Amino acid sequence: MTHPVHVAVALEGAGWHPAAWREDDARPRDLTSPGYWAELVRAADDAGVAFATFEDALAFAGRWTDRDEPRTDAARGRLDAVLLASFLAPLTRRIGLVPTVTTTHPEPFHLATGLQTLDHASHGRAGVRIVAGSSPAERANFGRRADGPVGFPASGRVEDDPAWEAAFREAGEVVEVIRGLADSWEDDAIIRDVESGRFLDRDRVHNLEFEGEFFSIKGASIVPRSPQGQPLITALAHQTIPYEFAAQHADVVFVTPSDPAATAGILAELVEASDDVRTEVEPLRVFADLLVLVEAWRAAAEETWSRLQEREALVTDARVVVGTADDVVEEIRAFATAGVDGVRLRPARLPADLVAIADLVVPAAQARGVLLPDGGESTLRERLGLPLRASRYARTEVPA
Amino acid sequence: MTRRQIHLAAHFPGVNNTTVWTDPTSGSQIDFASFEHFASNAERGLFDYVFLAEGLRLREHRGQIHDLDVLGRPNTLAILAAIAAVTRHVGLVGTLSTTFNEPYELARQLATLDHLSGGRAGWNAVTSSDAFHGANFRRGGYLDHADRYVRASEFAELSKRLWESWDEAAIVADAAAGVFLADDAVARVRHESRLFDVDALFDIPSSPQGRPVIVQAGDSADGRDFATAHADVIFSLHTEFSDAQDFYRDVKGRLAAHGRDEESLKILPAATFVLGDTLAEAKERSREVALQQVRPETAITYLEQVWNRDFSGYDADGPLPDVEPDTGPETAQGFANRHAAVRARISKLREVADAENLTIRELIIRLTANHTFVGTPEHVASEIDRYVQERATDGFTVVGHLTPHGLDEFTDRVIPLLQERGSYRRSYEEGATLHDLLGLPPVRQRTLV
Repeated sequence: MTHPVHVAVALEGAGWHPAAWREDDARPRDLTSPGYWAELVRAADDAGVAFATFEDALAFAGRWTDRDEPRTDAARGRLDAVLLASFLAPLTRRIGLVPTVTTTHPEPFHLATGLQTLDHASHGRAGVRIVAGSSPAERANFGRRADGPVGFPASGRVEDDPAWEAAFREAGEVVEVIRGLADSWEDDAIIRDVESGRFLDRDRVHNLEFEGEFFSIKGASIVPRSPQGQPLITALAHQTIPYEFAAQHADVVFVTPSDPAATAGILAELVEASDDVRTEVEPLRVFADLLVLVEAWRAAAEETWSRLQEREALVTDARVVVGTADDVVEEIRAFATAGVDGVRLRPARLPADLVAIADLVVPAAQARGVLLPDGGESTLRERLGLPLRASRYARTEVPA
Repeated sequence: MTRRQIHLAAHFPGVNNTTVWTDPTSGSQIDFASFEHFASNAERGLFDYVFLAEGLRLREHRGQIHDLDVLGRPNTLAILAAIAAVTRHVGLVGTLSTTFNEPYELARQLATLDHLSGGRAGWNAVTSSDAFHGANFRRGGYLDHADRYVRASEFAELSKRLWESWDEAAIVADAAAGVFLADDAVARVRHESRLFDVDALFDIPSSPQGRPVIVQAGDSADGRDFATAHADVIFSLHTEFSDAQDFYRDVKGRLAAHGRDEESLKILPAATFVLGDTLAEAKERSREVALQQVRPETAITYLEQVWNRDFSGYDADGPLPDVEPDTGPETAQGFANRHAAVRARISKLREVADAENLTIRELIIRLTANHTFVGTPEHVASEIDRYVQERATDGFTVVGHLTPHGLDEFTDRVIPLLQERGSYRRSYEEGATLHDLLGLPPVRQRTLV
């Protein structure tokens, strides 16, 4: 008996297929327009998608392409993801908003306060996808750091490159700071006590006093505690060190099994990694990434896929599903059986495949009991079955 | 002859004692509902922009978090992005530091805000150099005090080059031909100096305004230089009429040297107001608000900051303390200067207190809680108009004392009178950018030849 799972979507540009911008119903001129993003995310929200992730990097295109000469045949131009998510907060009702952030150049203090503010503006639907490291392009854009990975080691293994290992350590410190600053004001710090003239109880606001390998942060947040307390921390992982990073620091990990059968091995690695390092109380939630192209008929989907592939062959880490909504639902069921907690769908084309997910895939999956229904919980964490916790500084009430 | 038009900014109540939280109607400093109310009222009142201050570390007093005034605020950019979603016309100006940000990231965030808002973004560029705020950031208090405007100026220049690095017509999006970007449509931006070493390819297309409106608030000589070189608006402190006229003449007079027109820089000093049905009633209300803004403990705290001593035993309804200041540990540099500056300040306080026989509380009220415009709506409107018509200011940055509804009354009672005088807009022009609302010349964008 398969347990039902959550569904999330991963949104990027004109879609995850590099040729998607050339489709008839693509909107390549709108990739930085507010209306484009509002329509996509509201459709996902209305359909009952649990959360949407938004890609971002601090370089032209991705982090590792287009350094010497900007490509003129690929969709380019994006918006800062934390600000995009904040903009979408008042325009959406239930969907979690999970921007991608990098962890080498941004100030951890600004990242933390930005996410707290997203949580306030969305009444508790904030999350974040943490990315480790920086690329040479990003370092050149900033001129602030000389250290960092130059590329990927020949073995493809993070542990073979000290610069990558350091990048993951730094990303871990950024998560510690995000969590620590989120806790720095206790829930009831603001007392508005007219009699004593005190706006807040200063004993309930705590300086962070974080001293790390890569940076130190002294003070408390400038932002009072937000509805969720902590944002939902997510990460994408493909191998041991990223798995360990996710196990230690994240609430949700996105993984890329090549097929449902490959899931077991990944889950086993995650369990082992969690045993060693997991500091959070709940088990790590695992979402399988699926890149999907959906049409009413399988033949139409395959024809569309061929057209896209002829224009440019997709290179991806994720399993690709080309077919009908039913085909996608059966894939989701297979991954659910394999033991994941959810799936994150990457639409090959935007808006077409997001619309197909919202209008066809999600309703069909719900009808077949493959999807967890929206339980009406107020925050993103609770929606995913994660409890809200008081600030680490909160005193436990002593019964009278 | 058309009257000079009044420009108004709406300043969200700041984290200081100007904001009264003891009033039972006072609302949250952090809930989004407060920002939504505030921005909606500003839009209803046809303000040019809403304005947010910023503080990058919780205020402390004598080594502890200061708990007498409101505390807690959102991240500036994130809240402005959220406000963009619930407004259509009003500008969105936030205070952001050139010391604790980097140009590539801040420029892309401001460009993002401009895209999301349809061209309404603005940036109040502030400098800071101290270790206190720096302790929350990667490099600590790394910036030499003398370098703060050097960095600010280079930061602004670099940001402008990044904003204009995408040609306006860069995105071709020819699906059939497979051409997304025009050739040479994105320029590399290189800047090498003592403070920056950047070789950048910006990843955000040209935004509706071209670049955000830039506001500047520092009153020093360096600050005025920065303003005349880079700013579109000065958020000044000069509200006394002839002082304001002097400042206006000085600053506007420097613009020609930068090839700028008088109208290309607007001066909008901070102003507070209290209304009444009669002048007497307004004065009474002003007095009530002042007493709320300067509570006895507020007044004592002010003195403790000047004297650097504990005055918790003192009565705010009594005279100034007759004791020496504690000017802190002696250091090689700065000790003599600080000592002299503190003494001069105390001397000035005594002078004012003695001249009018003021208690501690009354003195602090006199110094900090004088409301700029006090009177009937007709009087206030007439004064605001006079300042603008007679070139003392181009308008004001209006600060209320209650969150979030403190400016509701201004919108209801003063704005219509400004409109009746022909000195204020009666509607927003559809599609107007913040540059347009402020009557600024359009930004010249790089265009492909």
